[in-house]
Amino acid sequence: MTKTKSALLVGVGGQGAILTAKVLVNGLMEAGYDVKMSEVHGMSQRGGSVSTQVLWGEKVNSPVIGYGAADIVVAFEKMEAVRYANFLKPDGIAVINDYEMASSSIAAGLCEYPQGCLEAMESHFKCHVLKAGEIAESLGSAKCMNIVLFGSMVKALGMDKVVDWEDVIARTVPAKFKELNLKAYRAGHDAVKE
Amino acid sequence: MDRKLLSGNEAIARGAYEAGVKVCSAYPGTPSTEIFENLPQYKDSLYCEWAPNEKVATEVAYGASIAGVRSLCAMKHVGVNVAADPIFTAAYNGVNGGFVIVSADDPSMHSSQNEQDNRYYAKAAKIPMIEPSDSQECKDFLKAAYEISEQFDLPVLFRTVTRVDHSKSIVTLGERTEHVAPPYARNTRKYISSPANAYRNHPKVEENLNKLREYGKTCPLNRVEMNGTKIGVVTASIAYYYAKDAFPEDTSFLKLGLTNPLPIDLIRDFASKVDELYVVEELEGFMEEQMHAAGIACKGKELIGNMYELNPQIVKERVFGVKPEITDVGVTAVSRPPALCPGCPHRGFFYTMSKHKNFVIAGDIGCYTLGGSAPLNALDSVVCMGGGFTVAMGMAKAFEAEGVTDKKVFGVLGDSTFFHSGMTGAAEIVYNNGNLIPVVLDNSITGMTGHQDNPGTGFNLRGEIAEKIRIEDVLRGYGYKNVIIVDPQDLKAMEQAVQDAMNSTERAAIIVRRPCLLIKRIKHDIGKCTVDTTKCIGCKKCIGVGCPAILVENKKAKIDHNQCVGCTVCAQVCPMGAISREEK
Repeated sequence: MTKTKSALLVGVGGQGAILTAKVLVNGLMEAGYDVKMSEVHGMSQRGGSVSTQVLWGEKVNSPVIGYGAADIVVAFEKMEAVRYANFLKPDGIAVINDYEMASSSIAAGLCEYPQGCLEAMESHFKCHVLKAGEIAESLGSAKCMNIVLFGSMVKALGMDKVVDWEDVIARTVPAKFKELNLKAYRAGHDAVKE
Repeated sequence: MDRKLLSGNEAIARGAYEAGVKVCSAYPGTPSTEIFENLPQYKDSLYCEWAPNEKVATEVAYGASIAGVRSLCAMKHVGVNVAADPIFTAAYNGVNGGFVIVSADDPSMHSSQNEQDNRYYAKAAKIPMIEPSDSQECKDFLKAAYEISEQFDLPVLFRTVTRVDHSKSIVTLGERTEHVAPPYARNTRKYISSPANAYRNHPKVEENLNKLREYGKTCPLNRVEMNGTKIGVVTASIAYYYAKDAFPEDTSFLKLGLTNPLPIDLIRDFASKVDELYVVEELEGFMEEQMHAAGIACKGKELIGNMYELNPQIVKERVFGVKPEITDVGVTAVSRPPALCPGCPHRGFFYTMSKHKNFVIAGDIGCYTLGGSAPLNALDSVVCMGGGFTVAMGMAKAFEAEGVTDKKVFGVLGDSTFFHSGMTGAAEIVYNNGNLIPVVLDNSITGMTGHQDNPGTGFNLRGEIAEKIRIEDVLRGYGYKNVIIVDPQDLKAMEQAVQDAMNSTERAAIIVRRPCLLIKRIKHDIGKCTVDTTKCIGCKKCIGVGCPAILVENKKAKIDHNQCVGCTVCAQVCPMGAISREEK
């Protein structure tokens, strides 16, 4: 067993980060880790920025981490990667979905979407950038984007052998989306180069 | 043994089941809501309900306790303000079946209007308080709370915080132990809180608290973890885990589960075993103040502060000066504030109100609090549940007193809030002749907390069909002779309703009625709107409705079809007729 590891899954309400966290947690529990998971509910569900933290190890104390403490950030939207970058350890990893989603303040013309999000992340952290939405659509449905990102995360963390992830996914997602999500997992996994 | 990953709230529901609880009543409120959402799975063993408000919930649960069964009520921290009246007197009367009140506090105000520290309620009401640190403790400590309630003849305040409620950790499940109520016997001396009885009950409360103070020394919910004699930490709730991560490995801990009355002898004994003593607690210095008063030297709030949630990195920085290594990537993310959903029925109402600069609008707690955000900006105040009508009443009376005649006052609240505490305000306006128009935004659900039923929806917590109380019947019964019901998605009709109410010679109220689009059991009329870019002149009037589905691209409006549901509010404000709707 290793010391506690932490992952931060960030995005915009409704992008499916919760299911991703669920697959991760189910696998980690099967592998025998102590696991804690924390998410923010409430007003943030309505078009706001959302985050879920997953911590695992031999014995996990706090269910949340603060700044400079995350081993990996998985960003479902690229500006969200920037927003939560201060949570990453200096040697932390970022998996970023190359996808832009305007906030209501941007849509209203009150401010502009920041330029250079990906470049900024790449110049400070080890990053894996992919167009998870396009990959998901090419597989049949944009809805499996979250599992594409999950595949990338597993590869990026070198956690392939922790548990049979395909088996965990098959048992976690609804039966009729099983094949789609397995394809999504493999595609996301293969999108991350060594 | 079955092991499951449960949130604190799921574990509290499980704990109620295992403890043999039979009657449960609550009003939803973040972060407490999921406790009761998880109770119907046990409905063969216990009765559970959504009450109209927290005071009702507390009284129902306490009534069940008087009748002899174990009972539960739950609410968010500000809900305890509403329920405080019965809680204080229940302490004097005492219990028959165990009675537990869950107070879910919200440090950092993730979804709340303040971050009051409800531990002071336990002290003020003179009742035991139990604070769990994780999901396993949520379940196990709740069971212990019933034992303590019955043993010491007091209601128990079970105090959680957002991180305990919403974090998931592994829980070992147990079996239900049935708790059988003794045959009911009237006990007027105990349960009629007349002044004479209350006078005699007060010393009994003090005596019970003293017994509890003695019990605190050996109570298994309090535990000492000796790892060294250099540093000791007194802590409770989620702060225990933050401190575990922040302090060195040879730190000793006094981890408290029973925090009122504070086991001061136990703390003194622990303090004598370490060189340096810290108190790590979120929000106020509840424990620290009492330790200082008892002459126990310790450090806490002077380092840690009394605002917002903590985490291990914050504790480490404030206690040891170790700053986290933060990387500045040089790009700043812009804010992503919550907004009314595309197709939200509240949009048409607030857009209409935003066009009248002489309107003064007192709002309330719910999704419609977002009507005060840009670009709608159609609220003057939001205070508390039910305050929409009555704060507006006070403003109207003040304008009258000052001779201000160019303002028109509206009080606005939702359907669930109307049944919660808006009805008394509706009576106040009629009774004391308020010069204002009360408006109920009836979206037929308790929206913000995630869709709970209420007396106006026709269903109950257990999913059964319930008597549906009609808001218009209530208002008419109170004397509102002109109740105007309008669909806010029709902007012309919405404006007409406002004008009709203002010009009404009889007392008027408005019910703005359209169900929330997220209600699953209703078949909604979904379409999508499209901008004809040849007609769009880029005037941005459609942006003014504040819909997340509309953006500006190349100086023209564009509608995101993934988000749009075809409500046509934007189409109705377009001066060029450039937006049209088609079926999805």
